[in-house]
Amino acid sequence: MIVLDKRPQPSRLWSYAAPVLAVVLTMLVGGVLFAALGKNPVAVIRTIFLDPLFSEFAWFYRPQLLIKGAPLVLIAVGLSFGFRAGIWNIGAEGQYIIGALCGAAVGLALYPAETRWIFPLMIVAGAFGGWVWAMIPGVLKVKFGTNEILVSLMLVYVAESLLAAMALGPMKNPDGMGFPGSRNLAQYPSAANLELVAGTGLHWGVVAALIAVIFAYVVLARHIFGFQVRLAGQAPRAARFAGVDPARMVLICMGLSGALAGMAGLFEVAGPAGQVTIDFNVGYGFTAIIVAFLGRLHPVGILLAGGLMALTYIGGGIAQSNLGLPAAAISLLQGMLLFFLLAVDVLTHYRVRFAARKVA
Amino acid sequence: MDLSAINPILLLASLMVAATPILLAAIGELVVERAGVLNLGVEGMMITGAVCGFIVATATGSPWLGFLGAALGGALLSLLFGLLTQFLLSNQVATGLALTLFGLGLSALMGQSYLGIRAPAFPDIHIPLLGDIPVVGPIVFQHDPMVYVGLGIVAGVWWFLNRTRGGLILRAVGENHDAAHALGYHVRRTRMLAITFGGACAGLGGAYLSLVRVPQWTEGMTAGAGWIALAIVVFASWKPGRLVLGAYLFGGVTVLQLNLQAAGVAVPVEYLSMSPYLATIAVLVIMSTGRAPGSLGRIFHAAR
Repeated sequence: MIVLDKRPQPSRLWSYAAPVLAVVLTMLVGGVLFAALGKNPVAVIRTIFLDPLFSEFAWFYRPQLLIKGAPLVLIAVGLSFGFRAGIWNIGAEGQYIIGALCGAAVGLALYPAETRWIFPLMIVAGAFGGWVWAMIPGVLKVKFGTNEILVSLMLVYVAESLLAAMALGPMKNPDGMGFPGSRNLAQYPSAANLELVAGTGLHWGVVAALIAVIFAYVVLARHIFGFQVRLAGQAPRAARFAGVDPARMVLICMGLSGALAGMAGLFEVAGPAGQVTIDFNVGYGFTAIIVAFLGRLHPVGILLAGGLMALTYIGGGIAQSNLGLPAAAISLLQGMLLFFLLAVDVLTHYRVRFAARKVA
Repeated sequence: MDLSAINPILLLASLMVAATPILLAAIGELVVERAGVLNLGVEGMMITGAVCGFIVATATGSPWLGFLGAALGGALLSLLFGLLTQFLLSNQVATGLALTLFGLGLSALMGQSYLGIRAPAFPDIHIPLLGDIPVVGPIVFQHDPMVYVGLGIVAGVWWFLNRTRGGLILRAVGENHDAAHALGYHVRRTRMLAITFGGACAGLGGAYLSLVRVPQWTEGMTAGAGWIALAIVVFASWKPGRLVLGAYLFGGVTVLQLNLQAAGVAVPVEYLSMSPYLATIAVLVIMSTGRAPGSLGRIFHAAR
């Protein structure tokens, strides 16, 4: 009979090994799945995980890695604070949309003025929009004790409706011959989030993601707030005795994750996406949850996990067009990865022992 | 705009149909939460049920077999959640989310070749005598059988939780798993059974969407219904009777906004379609006073 003994401290070895093992298991089971779909599993796995980096067209795909990875990392870093403290902001997708809408609104309102203050103003507006959207579940939780998971998630659907309303109504391009969608911000120099170095994919969102990673690392390791976040997650009772105010914790964690998700939305709408369209959001807010867990809620881990997840997006796209792999198989693969990680994580917190069955 | 075009009898009648998928998923989750497990994967199990039910129903031509297949599909997926949370002791919130993401991907993959097909018809039954009562008859007694199956399950759950020994054990496990374990009850076994029941119910709810309400398969067709079901469990303070009220309230909002859309109210469709979600938030704010089961969401690890 298999017995699990709780480790006094989480295993350091397994906390590094578990994500790697989860990725390997996902590749294996994913391979079986692709074989069942009638594809060559080795070819598919190679296409997804290696071709974006090492194939002859890698010069085209490598910049994409930064473009897809930046929003994932930016959102996941914000989420990791709340997840550590047991505050579950699941609605990053909604905050991402609202951030993009607020930022784009500023840019579109000032069109066609040209000053260099427009883009910074848009970033502030984007962060503010995401912050407001995240404060709704935050304030409701603090004031009325409502469940932040459900409220933040409901607000994703509200944000999606709002996005559709904006793309078809107030933000529609007046010169767009009636097509839905706003003016293309990427073609409006003062508002565009362009590549800083041509051909690298390095835009302001990537810079912001890197700053967020460093900032989060310093706060978690060196600042009293980081200590309080870790304390609130590991020992809520001890945290209360130590004077950590739970309400303040909820508001800061929700606000921070919302603002970062909003910024991610703004960088996307002003750069790679360019326009406010009905289907502008592609689920980064949900994938970022996987990134946060895969990265062990640690800033550096999140950076690596974001890169890996961006890889599956790009590689999945290649597999879709070259090998005819259905798009859904990629989202299944991403879900599977989180499953395996959570399963393997038992080894981090428990020691497995084989024992003879005893009479209870 | 012509509000007189809205027929109040038809409105109330379609309310019961709109509420049924939520009611089915919510009653399953209610049992799971009363056993002390928070399964946030309802959305994933629902959509898997929707696609499984649709595939079986179109293959066999029988909606009943479709519902059976949906319940099996939902239950199988929930076993995955059970394995992770009960045996590998993973975080229930994270695992539930993983289940939803996984279910959305899985269902999209399974349903690829079923897009744009109509489900086999599932005729309404006309209950003799009762169905002929004016006004009340068309509202309550002229629906498809699943509407009544859903209400039957709710009544059964109420009876089980409040009137049987098994229900008492389940509630004990949910209130304090350490005490229940010390008394010799099988915490894991009870919870696995509850989780499986929850999965089967969520599957039925999903299949009701793809076989009766829409009736077609489209990707992501549950559109948050699973999350609304979770909210309604909180609204109901974990009591089956109030669950019906919550589900019908929600059904009412959905049907009303659809009717307003059809009647051409001067508000854009996008704003009207927000209303079910806003109503759910409002309900959560008003009704967040109920007491959750004591061990809800906590990991059970028997040290001895």
